[in-house]
Amino acid sequence: MITKQEIWSALDDVKDPEIPRVSVVDMGIITGVEISDDDFVNVKMTPTFAGCPAVNVMKSDIISVISKLPVKGINVDVSFDVQWNSNMITEKGRKLLKESEFALPTKHNGLVTIDMLANVECPHCGSNQTKLQTPFGPTQCRAIHYCNNCLQAFEQFKPV
Amino acid sequence: MSELSEIQITALKDLLYRMADDELILGHRNSEWTGLGPILEEDIAFSSMAQDKIGHAQALYEILHKLGEAEPDKIAFARNEKEFKCCHLTEMPIGEYDFSLMRHFLFDTAEALRFDMLAQSDYEPLSNVAKKFRGELKYHTMHADIWIDQLSHSSEEAKARMQTALNECLPLALGIFEPSEYENVLSESKIFEGEKTLQDKWTEAITSIIQKSGLNLPDIDSLKPSYGGRKGYHTEFLKPLLDEMTEVYSIDPNAEW
Repeated sequence: MITKQEIWSALDDVKDPEIPRVSVVDMGIITGVEISDDDFVNVKMTPTFAGCPAVNVMKSDIISVISKLPVKGINVDVSFDVQWNSNMITEKGRKLLKESEFALPTKHNGLVTIDMLANVECPHCGSNQTKLQTPFGPTQCRAIHYCNNCLQAFEQFKPV
Repeated sequence: MSELSEIQITALKDLLYRMADDELILGHRNSEWTGLGPILEEDIAFSSMAQDKIGHAQALYEILHKLGEAEPDKIAFARNEKEFKCCHLTEMPIGEYDFSLMRHFLFDTAEALRFDMLAQSDYEPLSNVAKKFRGELKYHTMHADIWIDQLSHSSEEAKARMQTALNECLPLALGIFEPSEYENVLSESKIFEGEKTLQDKWTEAITSIIQKSGLNLPDIDSLKPSYGGRKGYHTEFLKPLLDEMTEVYSIDPNAEW
């Protein structure tokens, strides 16, 4: 009989295809794991952004990883029943994002303000002398900033 | 919310089609800036907002599908022009950058407010997506507000262009709020407070930004709103857009890629 713990630990091997060090668990997008009496697994997932093109890749990666375990079947249920926000990234996820040279999303109480995008700490040199260049980066979840201290551009995982 | 009555379902579907078709069509228009933006950041901004809008359309079509309508792809690609319920503002060609920017400001301000209202909806599938989408919209309205302000305070030419774009877009934007025959059903069922309430909130929001920018806001009550889109009567620009958008699907509806 497979345990939830084993499923969660297997899910930690499924990485975000756009930030390959960070797993779907680290990102906080897995909102539930259910195992039926006959070992059928249902994984609940919520996208970071509604139009995220990586969702289908992650969904099929989850199916392929869980299928290797002794389970009867696996279903991934993608929905907005739980709405993702950047506070849901785990502490381990935040650490890995930082190591991947992303500025972290400021933790918030449900309200994202414009101040959270100004003077974000530079992940290269730690300076706060930075400026938001554009809130729209290479993917939906990233903004681009510029550091006036080390004169380099950097990406921030957006607070949402 | 208890089980929906037949009239509630009809009203809900009407609302969802309006919203989703706006998202799909404006998403398509925004994507036409990909590779053409006046500066790289704006090219990426419009492409990214296009991606958000198509994502919203898909999630809303998914709710429609659960209410008994066709599969999302089929809804998007296999309907004719008359079946679309988008407003005229979303159909217009991208024009010059000032036009696209003004459209983005007027539309996304309304959309952000609509999602704020819908986040309180008693119909849970809709309040769930609204709670999610409004966080994404925050970046769209922030982007629009900054550019409206900056361009309106730059050169004389920029200011004149922004004013012309505002005058041109306003009657079209009023078409967003075309009254629905189901307003009462929706508000009594606590699904949606209604287009009139939304328009009042929107007028307040855009007035504040326009005033700060120094542009002149025409007298909204004296304008003739561009209605018809919600009932399937469209501008000449929708058909060519649909022909282009559905070209591959029309050749082979079962194609996979």
